[in-house]
Amino acid sequence: MKFMLIMRATPEAEAAYAETDFEEIINAMGAYNEALMKSGVLLGGDGLAPEPGFVVDFSGEEPIVTDGPYGEVHELFNGFWILQVSSPEEALEWARRCPLGPGSKLEVRRVTDETDFADYADNEYVQKEAEWRRELGTE
Amino acid sequence: MTSEQTRTVEAVWRVEGARVVATLARLTGDLALAEDLAQEALAEALESWPRSGVPRSPGAWLTTVGRRRAIDLFRHNARLGARYAALARDLDSEVVTESPDGSDDDVLGLMFTACHPVLPRESRVALTLKVVSGLGTEEIARLLLVSVPTVQQRIVRAKRVLGDADVRFDVPSPEEWGSRLETALSVVYLVFTEGYAATSGDSWMRPDLAEEALRLSRMLTVLMPTEPEVHGLHALLELQASRFPARVDAAGEPVLLEDQARTRWDHAQIARGLHALRRSDRLGRGRGPYALQAAIAACHARAAAAADTDWRQIVALYRALAARTGNPVVRLNLAVAVAMAEGPEAGLALTDELAASGVLRDSHLLPSVRGELLARLGRSDEAEAALRAAAALTRNARQRAVLMAKAALAAGAGSSAQ
Repeated sequence: MKFMLIMRATPEAEAAYAETDFEEIINAMGAYNEALMKSGVLLGGDGLAPEPGFVVDFSGEEPIVTDGPYGEVHELFNGFWILQVSSPEEALEWARRCPLGPGSKLEVRRVTDETDFADYADNEYVQKEAEWRRELGTE
Repeated sequence: MTSEQTRTVEAVWRVEGARVVATLARLTGDLALAEDLAQEALAEALESWPRSGVPRSPGAWLTTVGRRRAIDLFRHNARLGARYAALARDLDSEVVTESPDGSDDDVLGLMFTACHPVLPRESRVALTLKVVSGLGTEEIARLLLVSVPTVQQRIVRAKRVLGDADVRFDVPSPEEWGSRLETALSVVYLVFTEGYAATSGDSWMRPDLAEEALRLSRMLTVLMPTEPEVHGLHALLELQASRFPARVDAAGEPVLLEDQARTRWDHAQIARGLHALRRSDRLGRGRGPYALQAAIAACHARAAAAADTDWRQIVALYRALAARTGNPVVRLNLAVAVAMAEGPEAGLALTDELAASGVLRDSHLLPSVRGELLARLGRSDEAEAALRAAAALTRNARQRAVLMAKAALAAGAGSSAQ
């Protein structure tokens, strides 16, 4: 089964990072990623750039676009890993080892697969999506 | 201890077990002993972690406990010679909080020792799942569809054989590297095929076991990045596993390749498989048997519909594979590919040669292919007889049902034609 580890940082974590030598952070994360690779569980992952992007808010009648997400959220989603493991506990065990500091959080979520949509296999868009994935060669 | 705590300890073991055993095996020079020591350490963890909490570096904790056990054992065993006394001194003097991670060489040594050619095949699989995958005896029994005592027996036997052959813990020398690598890869492939098409029992496939084989193959690509066949095997497993979502229908019945809904194939997995095949090719040392099989799987993966399949290329790849391996199942697959590229008559001629040589006498594969080709040629009576013969030879209940259904279809086609 596949799990996504979702990394979130609070302003506290951002401040702590600012104090730390960035090369140290790269080395710690690099060693963690290497352990995931050597264990054969890592399928993919990426980081999100720290500069603010945009937030589109759908609360009103028309979508409202603001700069963000800084100032809008307490926890910033800033990266993820996709792991293939044998149990939720194994995913959790890997998450526990991630070299993150105070203020950081790691959310562990199972990634859905085709079995989650088995009841909707006849739906036009469920079928189209499978075709799109084929064309994109991605998931 | 609650089941949740047990699962946590199991998860730690899945993540770190291989490196704990590998480190202990390097220190003691003995895989069988290292495995016993590691199991003792694990038992101690199950005892003490629920009280004290999981330590910050559980792997280091387990390795340290294992090392202490080793020292006690060596100290209290007066019959052991000077070598062990010296080893005990070394162990004692090393700082106990050394890195929990065994080196990559230790893990490779673990893999190669668990897959040693002196071991019987089924023991290699059981020992690899135990020490490299970090699976428990019950889990292995469930995955391999055998009893717990059978798994225990295979592992005990494996340890005894290693001891008798004086193979303790062993990374192959350059001279034997090629053949030892081949053996290790074949064990991973065997783990995968056990999951892919169960040789016995009622289930068509057991994806857990296939996932474990995939994990092992990815692990090996990192540990041995310059071996083309390691990437070839990885490519093959990703490409074959990519078809799992389409391999059974909603009722759990098997769907053959040509009938599968290709949009249901896992295309992220296909992309990983094609990438692994390119990595193998880029090493520039030609394609070995796994890379050739991966290239064949890639031909299927690239075809958006069954009718788009490049059968001529598949025929060429199977010819290369048959020339390299001489494997009769490969020759049978070549016959199928030739039938697709040139027509059933040409394929049937190749199966005639195989039947005449008698090599696949006990397998359901040859009569089932012959049955298909004969049916396509409209030779219904012969087709029905061949498919019935195939059904009688398979041990897999679902496979048998499929073959009997095809036999009935062939018989029906025959009677309606008369």
